[in-house]
Amino acid sequence: MMEKVARGKAFVFAENIDTDQIYPGRFVELTDIEDVAKHAMEGADPNFVKEFKKGDIIVAATNFGCGSSREHAAITLKAVGVGAIVAESFGRIFYRNAINIGVPVLVCPGIGKLIKSGDILTVDIESGKICNETTGVVAQAQPMSEYVMNILASGGIKPMIKKQLQSVNK
Amino acid sequence: MHAIEKLLAQKAGKESVSTGEIVNCTVDLAGINDLYLQTVRSFFEMGGTKVHDPSKVIMFLDHYAPASTIVQADNQKQFREFCWDQGIDLLMDINEGVCHQVLADRGLSHPGEIIVVTDSHTTTHGAFGAFGTGVGATDLATILITGKLWFRVPEIIRINFEGELPKGVYAKDIILHVIGELGADYAVYKAVEFTGFTLKQLSISERMALCNMTTEMGAKTSYIQPDEITMEFLKKKVTRNYEIFTTDPGYQYAAEHTFDVSNLKPQLAAPFSVDNVSDVTAFTGRKIDQAYLGSCTGGRVEDLAVAAKILAGKKISKRTRFVVVPASRGVFLEAMAKGYVQTLVEAGATFVTPGCAACLGTHQGMLASGETCITSTNRNFPGRMGHTKGEIFLGSPAAVAAAALEGKIVDPSQYID
Repeated sequence: MMEKVARGKAFVFAENIDTDQIYPGRFVELTDIEDVAKHAMEGADPNFVKEFKKGDIIVAATNFGCGSSREHAAITLKAVGVGAIVAESFGRIFYRNAINIGVPVLVCPGIGKLIKSGDILTVDIESGKICNETTGVVAQAQPMSEYVMNILASGGIKPMIKKQLQSVNK
Repeated sequence: MHAIEKLLAQKAGKESVSTGEIVNCTVDLAGINDLYLQTVRSFFEMGGTKVHDPSKVIMFLDHYAPASTIVQADNQKQFREFCWDQGIDLLMDINEGVCHQVLADRGLSHPGEIIVVTDSHTTTHGAFGAFGTGVGATDLATILITGKLWFRVPEIIRINFEGELPKGVYAKDIILHVIGELGADYAVYKAVEFTGFTLKQLSISERMALCNMTTEMGAKTSYIQPDEITMEFLKKKVTRNYEIFTTDPGYQYAAEHTFDVSNLKPQLAAPFSVDNVSDVTAFTGRKIDQAYLGSCTGGRVEDLAVAAKILAGKKISKRTRFVVVPASRGVFLEAMAKGYVQTLVEAGATFVTPGCAACLGTHQGMLASGETCITSTNRNFPGRMGHTKGEIFLGSPAAVAAAALEGKIVDPSQYID
């Protein structure tokens, strides 16, 4: 199940952070989740996995996750325990992949300018309210559709389908 | 309604759909490539045992073709076994080529169908009037189990092209120009339809390049209304019946843009973003270490033909490597029959097995730190082809071949009759 409120340190990125930067192509062959976690954001910030702690929050400008359909990009961020990803906009397939595996992704225009790396944030996933505890600034993300909230509340598409299959087979 | 909306409505079993609505659609063809063993894992993790309809599933071993590490080999082995166990006959092994080209070659891409592949460039199939879109492993596993997938009905943007293309300017130049003007996030979550006089000059291959690259402006799918050029192509390839949808007169697009291409110059996208686009002349003289011709955007027979024409009887620069990757076995065979392979190898080209090769930064043409590559592929992200300090310029196949010849970036128009 997803945590309803994420609280952690902000890691801020610029616009157009693509899936190759989130997870370089040469590691896509890896399938063990522990191995996948070692390479999160490696193309954008080689120190990321050393500094990122479970529950911390990624903040980005526009088009975060643009590029490839590789689900590894979302999986690697889930594997490091990202509390939420807040961006001005997302690459389409990344957004879908993140929701499918149960990672909260919030769209919040203008957020890139309101937060600096290292700020402590509280993100209410359901209401979309983002509080910057370091500066006192509050921002409001766009609400997620009911369909998307249902998937997140189920912990992702996999448990959701599994449950559906079980009820069909009963 | 728009043709795309009519298509989605039919697949969702509804009379009509409207923008923003979420619909659950039957998927006509679901493709998985060898980067996505997670698809098989997700299938079992969800409790799947039998694939819903194996005849609607196609497996491509194209990104690691042939495997160059033990892990890749093991992933491919598991895919083959999954196909055999599940009765999936459409196993496109390492001898076939890039998924989108293989779908076109085999007549599996045609109007009126939903094609979903675990590859972002599935927008390519808009060139045939299909609804093509890329997804990740978990979405694809959902299709394997249920035969369906949810879609949000997208806003649709119309991009209209007027004017005749000048000599030495191709579909790749048009779409790079459009992305440069509109931006890499312009069409996120939206569909892009191409219309206009210029399309009549563009072959299916060129239309595929246009539609392929809409992914680089964030598009969910793309569309070109099937016409006589489409029909001529499909006549030779497709044996089954299909339906062509048409847009109602007066349909209101979310946005419309017109570009006059008659004065367009060859274009380049400079590092490190696909929308960092300018005329090729802005970089004339820039030394290059590698020229790369291939991929689902730039590895078709027409692309190899242009390169062969530029390099016939000549030699590539001694300081440059020229890597050529035919997009599919079909492309390779035709290029051999027409003599392009001979011409290019004599000029100094290195041929690589049909597939994705270095386009995604795994093997067969990786860049070292500080090296510069000009390529007919579709992405120039940092680290895309190897080292994050390797620089990638995107251009037309003609621009790639001309640069291989000179060892530096040049305007390719001067080499075209």
